[in-house]
Amino acid sequence: MKRLSTLLIYLLLILGSLVMFFPFVWMFLTSLKPFAEIFELRVLPQAPTLDNYREVLFKTQFPRWFLNSLIVALITTASVLFFDALVGYTLAKLRFPGKGFIFVLILSTLMVPTEMLIIPWYVMSTEYGWSNTYWGLLFPGLISAFGVFLMRQFFQTLPTDLLDAGRIDGLSEFGVFWRIAFPLVRPALAALGIFTFLGNWNAFLWPLIVVQTADMRTVPVGVALFSSEAGTAWNLIMAASSLAVLPVLLVFLFFQRQIIEGVVLTGVKG
Amino acid sequence: MRPSEPARRGVSLAHREALWALAFLIVPLAFFLFIRIWPAFQALWLSLFDWHADPSQRPFVGLEHYQQMLGDRLLLKALQNTLAYTLLGVPLQLLLGLCIALLLNAVTRFREVFRAIYFAPYVTPAAAVAWVFSWMLSPNFGIVNEILGVFGIPPQPFLTSPSQALVTVTMVVVWQNLGFQVVLFLAGLQNIPRDYYEAARIDGASNWQLFRHITLPLLNPVMVFSAVIGTIGFLQLFTQVVNLNFTDQGGPLGSTLTLALYIYQQAFARFDLGYAAAITVLLFVIILAITLVQLRLLSRRVEY
Repeated sequence: MKRLSTLLIYLLLILGSLVMFFPFVWMFLTSLKPFAEIFELRVLPQAPTLDNYREVLFKTQFPRWFLNSLIVALITTASVLFFDALVGYTLAKLRFPGKGFIFVLILSTLMVPTEMLIIPWYVMSTEYGWSNTYWGLLFPGLISAFGVFLMRQFFQTLPTDLLDAGRIDGLSEFGVFWRIAFPLVRPALAALGIFTFLGNWNAFLWPLIVVQTADMRTVPVGVALFSSEAGTAWNLIMAASSLAVLPVLLVFLFFQRQIIEGVVLTGVKG
Repeated sequence: MRPSEPARRGVSLAHREALWALAFLIVPLAFFLFIRIWPAFQALWLSLFDWHADPSQRPFVGLEHYQQMLGDRLLLKALQNTLAYTLLGVPLQLLLGLCIALLLNAVTRFREVFRAIYFAPYVTPAAAVAWVFSWMLSPNFGIVNEILGVFGIPPQPFLTSPSQALVTVTMVVVWQNLGFQVVLFLAGLQNIPRDYYEAARIDGASNWQLFRHITLPLLNPVMVFSAVIGTIGFLQLFTQVVNLNFTDQGGPLGSTLTLALYIYQQAFARFDLGYAAAITVLLFVIILAITLVQLRLLSRRVEY
């Protein structure tokens, strides 16, 4: 009885896993088929080819989009990690007038949906000449209010004695933050960093608006606009999708434990 | 900086700390003021004007855009759809997430492997994944209809049918969000101390009673969190809707149109930025109201 129910549970889990993973498999298999084969609905490609990838990589600006996404996601992540930690630390560990007010002020920005800010951002970008630039792509995400909240929670658990020891050793306040406090919250930083990177790498709405020329597109926008022009060449569309999805999946497979533990960490703390 | 320095300078310790805090906060505060807070008010302000590229040529129209919303049938459609997405998607992903987490919690072998597979879609770019689904769901050549055919089910129109498109989009979004729910619920389940179950079992409680009186109440905080996050996500649904039906965004016949997509179309296809800004104010009010109500309704604290 017990063994039977365990078997049933595994069966259900495997069935669910198939539903979850099959789209990736089908995407990849289609991307290996020549155009003539895609409407035949045989599972495996009869004459597997890399031509679709060649076409997407060399006839579009995909490599450039990849670079753009990398630049935007890396700079944003570095900025978020530094500034969110700094602000979270200041709000958790330093005493100064107006602290409560500043915390509430930052938190209150979480209530405003991005859609509401996007129109003023667009107006700003056209007025200041930020549209179609890297700065235009990344300025909205440079600091995250959620991250400030998260980092403050973590810094609050650090014993103040540890920081005082640094002060007695002659570190400046910035030294205390950078040399002592910052390295101690590494798990939280890792979680926040992964989320920020993924969020920016996958972002669609703002890049779609702020970018005007093909060479400034990020991967999701580039792939979407390429696909919309490819008609029924699903072999090419799936090759483009694979180029967007597989690197993320690969990174995820390598770091899946850390990434999932990061979700738990932010979900439970936040 | 030496510890004696502040005293020598005649600056008190408290003063010194406040100065450091100011130095640390000045750049981030400027960011929040100019990039987050000021634009929110600017959206409110812009909603009172008719748009023109030259700021001096924007005629003040007062609350006209808000009146315009009352008679806008497409906006009403977008609102209804957004509500339908949320009412369908949030309970579905909550329920499925909970079920899968319960199954995972019941097994010991391969748990991490399964967890990773269920979570994988969550990390992938929604725009690209939506194209994969629009290929799989193609009425004539899609693999999904092919699989249904094996079970004797006739081909479905899915995204091309006004009556099926919204449900289909919801399924795709749930597929992508599910892993997040599973991971949260699994962590929540593993945080419940074993003793509670053992004690209840000694008292003769049934499996259902254990679930009903221990598991569910203790999972409440996780459920509130995931319901709030899920609701906010569905209320802002955009990327999947756009990419699943790129040539007829929001179609067929407006059946998948969402508020976020309607805002985008008004602002960046019709360049009616003033009206679009007014709708974003509406979206803000809706999200705020629903979040507050949910937090109040769902967050009854349970302690044993």
